[in-house]
Amino acid sequence: MSARIGIVTFPGSLDDRDAARAVRLGGAEPVALWHDDAVLKSVDAVFLPGGFSYGDYLRCGAIARFSEVMGLVRDAADRGMPVLGVCNGFQVLCESHLLPGALVRNAHLRYRNRPARLRVETNRTAWTAAFAPDAEVVLPAKHGEGRYVADEATLDRIEANGQVVFRYLDNPNGAMRDIAGVANEAGNVVGLMPHPEHAVEALTGPSTDGLGIVASVLAHLSEGAAR
Amino acid sequence: MTKQMLNPVVDTVGVAAATPDEKQPHAELGLAEDEYSRIREILERRPTQSELAMYSIMWSEHCSYKSSRVHLRQFGQKNPKTPRLLAGIGENAGVVAIDENLAVTFKVESHNHPSYVEPKQGAATGVGGIIRDIIAMGARPIAVMDSLRFGDIDHPDTARVLPGVVDGVGHYGNCVGLPNIGGETYFDPCYQGNPLVNALSVGVMPRERLQSMQASGVGNVVILLGAKTGRDGIGGVSVLASATFSEDDDSDSRPSVQVGDPFEEKLLIECCLELFDTGLVVGVQDLGGAGLTCALSETAAAGDGGMHVDLELVPLRAKGMEPHDILASESQERMLLIVDPANVENVLARAHRWGLLATAIGTVTDTGRLVIDYHGQTVVDVPPASLADEGPVYNRPIAEPNDLALVAVDRAETLPRPTADEDIRRTVLDMAASPNLCDKSWITEQYDSSVFGNTVLATPHDAGVIRLDESTGVGIAISLDGNGRYARLDPYAGAQLALAEAYRNVAVTGATPIAVTDCLNFGSPEDPHVMWQFERAVTGIADGCQQLGIPVTGGNVSFYNQTGREAIHPTPVIGVLGVIDDVARRIPLGLGQTGDTIAVIGTTGEELSGSEWAWATHRHLGGVPPKVDLDHEMKLADLLSRLAANEQIAAAHDLSEGGLAQTLVEAISNSGMGAQILLPEGADPFTYLFSESTGRVLIVIPRGQELAVRSACEQRGLPITPLGVADAKTDGLHLRDHFDIGRAEIEAAWKGRIGAKLGE
Repeated sequence: MSARIGIVTFPGSLDDRDAARAVRLGGAEPVALWHDDAVLKSVDAVFLPGGFSYGDYLRCGAIARFSEVMGLVRDAADRGMPVLGVCNGFQVLCESHLLPGALVRNAHLRYRNRPARLRVETNRTAWTAAFAPDAEVVLPAKHGEGRYVADEATLDRIEANGQVVFRYLDNPNGAMRDIAGVANEAGNVVGLMPHPEHAVEALTGPSTDGLGIVASVLAHLSEGAAR
Repeated sequence: MTKQMLNPVVDTVGVAAATPDEKQPHAELGLAEDEYSRIREILERRPTQSELAMYSIMWSEHCSYKSSRVHLRQFGQKNPKTPRLLAGIGENAGVVAIDENLAVTFKVESHNHPSYVEPKQGAATGVGGIIRDIIAMGARPIAVMDSLRFGDIDHPDTARVLPGVVDGVGHYGNCVGLPNIGGETYFDPCYQGNPLVNALSVGVMPRERLQSMQASGVGNVVILLGAKTGRDGIGGVSVLASATFSEDDDSDSRPSVQVGDPFEEKLLIECCLELFDTGLVVGVQDLGGAGLTCALSETAAAGDGGMHVDLELVPLRAKGMEPHDILASESQERMLLIVDPANVENVLARAHRWGLLATAIGTVTDTGRLVIDYHGQTVVDVPPASLADEGPVYNRPIAEPNDLALVAVDRAETLPRPTADEDIRRTVLDMAASPNLCDKSWITEQYDSSVFGNTVLATPHDAGVIRLDESTGVGIAISLDGNGRYARLDPYAGAQLALAEAYRNVAVTGATPIAVTDCLNFGSPEDPHVMWQFERAVTGIADGCQQLGIPVTGGNVSFYNQTGREAIHPTPVIGVLGVIDDVARRIPLGLGQTGDTIAVIGTTGEELSGSEWAWATHRHLGGVPPKVDLDHEMKLADLLSRLAANEQIAAAHDLSEGGLAQTLVEAISNSGMGAQILLPEGADPFTYLFSESTGRVLIVIPRGQELAVRSACEQRGLPITPLGVADAKTDGLHLRDHFDIGRAEIEAAWKGRIGAKLGE
């Protein structure tokens, strides 16, 4: 049976259908999760998609953090379940303190949509296990508030721990140390600003590199099952 | 508003009947003396304040189309009959069948004046408004496009208006989750005080989900869904959209522009689609310009003819709103639903799940009257059709402009032009760097283009292409085009040139054009010269669509785009929709692969009047615009769709503003390839590079397909001229016997101009 990957729809989520397509094309089974669901429907992993959850009033991801489903996701993440946050999903994970650092307004102050070249800095996470070390990928980056920031000590710590997962080769937003994506210490929770779910078909994306994210979590899950 | 309108005593129907002589501010509300008299005749008494507000809004130019209606009838009369057309003019948006299962609805609309007053919110609510038109037809909105026109790029006010408009278009579209798949941006001093912001949206639905705006079924419940009603945009449409800015008025009396909330709109989309899919609504109408006034009167007029509304039930977000304020408010993100009483509870519960307010405010009746009570007192009692359908119709005076003959003989073909190779080379670069031709990434990078994961082509391609169905690969292509300069020289030809270009841009992707929407931006209809331009342009579009065999399915008229006596160039903007059986076979922009043949289809004449070259280098506008040949365009479209289906074409790009030179610049910049070009023997290099003769397309033919393509052209009587080859090793453009321009130099000229002008 293929792995079940839950995709959370908050009010204002926009990329939930696209995440489901990516999961399907990657060979897993997408499972729809609603923001005030009280159960995770026996999923093996969770994908928090992009969008503007709850309108992103107050601060991006700040309200989603308090949703019913995020309580469950936090508990599951603590138990080691793979959790991926893309764009707004990344912001939600940072607001939820599942990931270090924060995402603030782009240095140039504008929303910008451009394919981003990234280097996969570590394949020792649940969502990058299938990539070659130092692989270069191209994913669409499109956001107004995607500049990764943290204090110097945190940055040094996550660098040392191998928690920097993706780095921009042409930094589009002024992110500190060109960071595009990070992981938690355990490597099961990953967040990134660029959109793997919009790079899964040659016809519609700048690459098909996004499929590697799904392949990674499938590899990670089957490895766990084998152990 | 006068003091009378703020009178706290509610002006009821009874009061109105008892005080027939009370003086009313109809003139201040924009109603002419005879219009006011007609209202009194219809009601057989004076109108109440609420009724007066409603008539003044519904009979405004913006809502009633009173100056344009006599001309727009041509679309109905000349539209070709097609089984594809499921809903046409008069609906919220036209609907065309794509295949036996799917239908598509699309429409373009203006939000010009609000975008000048408050660029970000004006543009944002323009996008929001057109999206609700698409929802109201039963469709899921799947993309937006924008056609923008600003004043001179160097004018300080352009630095205020442009970034705001782009921010607004981007913010709303990005937050509501729709890809922006194309559009256009032009600069001309004529738009200085009257920028044009035309937004298009397109949606898709299963054919059987087509919705009706009828309030039918006596006893059915009228539900208001979405945002609370506030003071925003009161009088926005009637006062703002139908009043010319006077030159000395700088701000004070301008009414507020509505504020949009794309998050609420996203919830509205999802909630409405769920209600449509579950069959819970009988009728639906969006609240746009004229708010409740328009939605109530249109649904009542289209249905069983009567409706009773209790206005105090409308949820408000401002204190002290009077009945006429509630009726006129243009608060955004609201929809009106007509629901069977048995389903009301279900509808309210589903709305609640989406976090949306839903309130029953009235019922459908068979009285033939729209009756609105406020705390038990009747403030409106009118025949709804008198508001919605029976507004005044004017046949305004028409007069050919006095300068017509003078302009026609002032031909750009007589202007001094470069002849030395070095000067022509310089002109290619100067043109590429000019505001209208330069790269628009600074704008389009602020738009999401890939959300939904179905965008196959978007800017900078000639048309946007969207996949509708992953299993069949069926998709649509849309292009949005206009050229105010051509229309200024000859509005009939100018409108047809816009139509031909949009049609060709769709064809260039391999799609087959099937339907048209139009946004007609003009000056004051009270100026007979403007009215002449309007009549000529409408006739041009109607005749053109008749000849092309594709119907006009809907659109929008925006008059009063003028400051003082200066009107904008007449600017018909045309959207053409095409269908493509398999989006995997779309034709992209670019130069294919090394060794592919580059050729031009069509004939290049000496046509420089109205051209970008004449404007950019001489600030000249005169003469006669390029000749239109719609029969040729149809053959060209047929050829391109055949070549695409047979996979005999690697790339294609329309030749339009800036001519062949600009097409090569864009193909080289966007592809990363180089081009080796040899102009035909005897061709004058300048003319061949910069003429704007229409009906031309640059095509790139894969190796081994040259003979097949040539014979396909010959079969259709289409002239094809081989120009050279694509070559990855060639640095930029090699124009044999004349000059070379390296890629770096091309890109330095073409890219980064808009941001640099705006100081970024």
